[in-house]
Amino acid sequence: METVLTIFLDGLQFSSYLFIVSAGLTIIFGVMKILNVAHGSFYAWGAYTSAFFIGKFSDMGVPDVFGFFIIIAAAIVVGVVLGFIIEQGILRHMYRQDGILIVLATFGLFLILEDVILIAFGTDPYFAYHPMALLGSVELGGITRDIYGLTLIGVAAIVATGCWFTLNKTKWGAILKAVIFDREMGISMGINVPLVYTMTFIAGAILGGLGGAYIAPTVSVSPGLGTEVIVLSFAVVVVGGMGSVAGAAIGSLIIGLLRALAVHELPQAELFVVFAVMAIVLVFRPEGLFAPVKPRKI
Amino acid sequence: MLRDNTSKFVVAGGLAIICFGIMAPSWIVNQLMFGFSRALAILGLLILWRTGLVSFGHAFYFGLGAYTVAILDIELGVTDVFLRFIGGAVIAGTAGFLIGFVMRNYRDIFFAMLNTAISMVLYGIVVKTELLGSTDGFVISIPTIFGVIPETRHPLFVVIILIAMCSAILVNFYLKTTVGKLTTPIRDNELRVEYLGFSVAYVIHLNYTISAVLGGGAGALMAMSLGQVDPDSMINWTVSGELLFITILSGPGSVIAPFIGSLVFEILRTYAFEFAPHLWRMIVGATFLTIIFFLPGGIWSVIARLGRRS
Repeated sequence: METVLTIFLDGLQFSSYLFIVSAGLTIIFGVMKILNVAHGSFYAWGAYTSAFFIGKFSDMGVPDVFGFFIIIAAAIVVGVVLGFIIEQGILRHMYRQDGILIVLATFGLFLILEDVILIAFGTDPYFAYHPMALLGSVELGGITRDIYGLTLIGVAAIVATGCWFTLNKTKWGAILKAVIFDREMGISMGINVPLVYTMTFIAGAILGGLGGAYIAPTVSVSPGLGTEVIVLSFAVVVVGGMGSVAGAAIGSLIIGLLRALAVHELPQAELFVVFAVMAIVLVFRPEGLFAPVKPRKI
Repeated sequence: MLRDNTSKFVVAGGLAIICFGIMAPSWIVNQLMFGFSRALAILGLLILWRTGLVSFGHAFYFGLGAYTVAILDIELGVTDVFLRFIGGAVIAGTAGFLIGFVMRNYRDIFFAMLNTAISMVLYGIVVKTELLGSTDGFVISIPTIFGVIPETRHPLFVVIILIAMCSAILVNFYLKTTVGKLTTPIRDNELRVEYLGFSVAYVIHLNYTISAVLGGGAGALMAMSLGQVDPDSMINWTVSGELLFITILSGPGSVIAPFIGSLVFEILRTYAFEFAPHLWRMIVGATFLTIIFFLPGGIWSVIARLGRRS
């Protein structure tokens, strides 16, 4: 029973962080039709920025509670700065090009950003355990869990609700849907599509950064962080259906729980299951399990 | 119709490189070996690219070829360079043929993603299996040539250049056959190709299998040149990205382009590593963006322009 609970909670935590990162990726794909490889870099930048400042402020004697503000601030700063520079500097000039060429350009950006991290933060790992130590642990059905990990599930729920609310209940959501549905008609209705693109990209980048910033206290932040995350979120997004936030939620639940199960029961299959699921979904339902309904155009 | 002198260029260029390499110091020979080994995989990606397909997972075939060599060496004691090469190419080709039945129905981003998924499945298996060397990989014994263990690197170098020359000539020949000539029309308009009475799925399947054979061969040669295999430099998705980068760098213009592109990449990486060890990915990434923005035809377009002027 305890093993089952452990697997379930591990899987849920893993799903939560996958969802936060993948939601950003899928929003960018849904609106802009760009599969952004550099999303892994947003994650890595978020993790480094928050780990660096949490450590710095703690050394200066600032109370550890402040760490949570740093996490959110790190995500926003990374998302706004990197997202704005990349969208305005590179992607803006590529929208007329073939989609696959844009993927390759974001791969070039990924390589560049990986090395900028090394220059900015060096090769030594960072440990920012303070927020995690602050919250301590709790006894839950016979097993001990650290509370920080459990709050991750809450953050994912907030992100999911936020996405749902923005898309379905606000004017912004209506504009986004219009652009996704028919970009040209949106322009002719007076929607500032370039602005929508910039804002979408920044919002996606913030989510990527938030994933990294929130996970930073639980891991050692070291080079190569973004390389694994980006293929994992590709798997999530493909399983759920590219461009669908609900799909990203289901995709991360499937992949997160399966991976947790593999880690506990069959460690050799840890990576295998993730990508086997991705391949199987692509073979039988290439559009993903919950692909957004495509408008029929004449 | 223009006469095609590509084969003559390949033979002349190949022989010139062999003569140059035999006299050159060993570090240059190594670079040439790495560059020409990898170029085979680029040749395969070039065929796919002409068909309008970009695979973000061809490290699968590259790694399959490399690991076939390792397993032939460790389990069966096969040391002959040709047997190893053929083994790698055949295994990868068979895998490519079987996977091709599914892959031929996929285009664009779905084609790229399914290839990524398959390559990451192999990566996941290799990384977590002790029997396959896990993350450490294997060391591969020095290949023998006709039963003789060569004393220097040069015989292996000559073999690699000869294989590369043959592959370039064969691919060039293939691209001039009727089926080969269908690559660009498929990219431009599949429907019209179907109207002409050809099966698009068949051509894509064939091209995909050829690219798999070449990818496996490239991996086999690379494993022998390096003397080792490991998952992160053979199968991980970054390797697929690297192969695509060289393809874009080379340009789709000619079967000679992949060889020039691979050499440029090898030199770029060596010098970037030498002068700025922490910056080589940045230099590679910046070159990548520059090529995409300012030189969509790759290096070959510059050479072709110079050739036309003279």
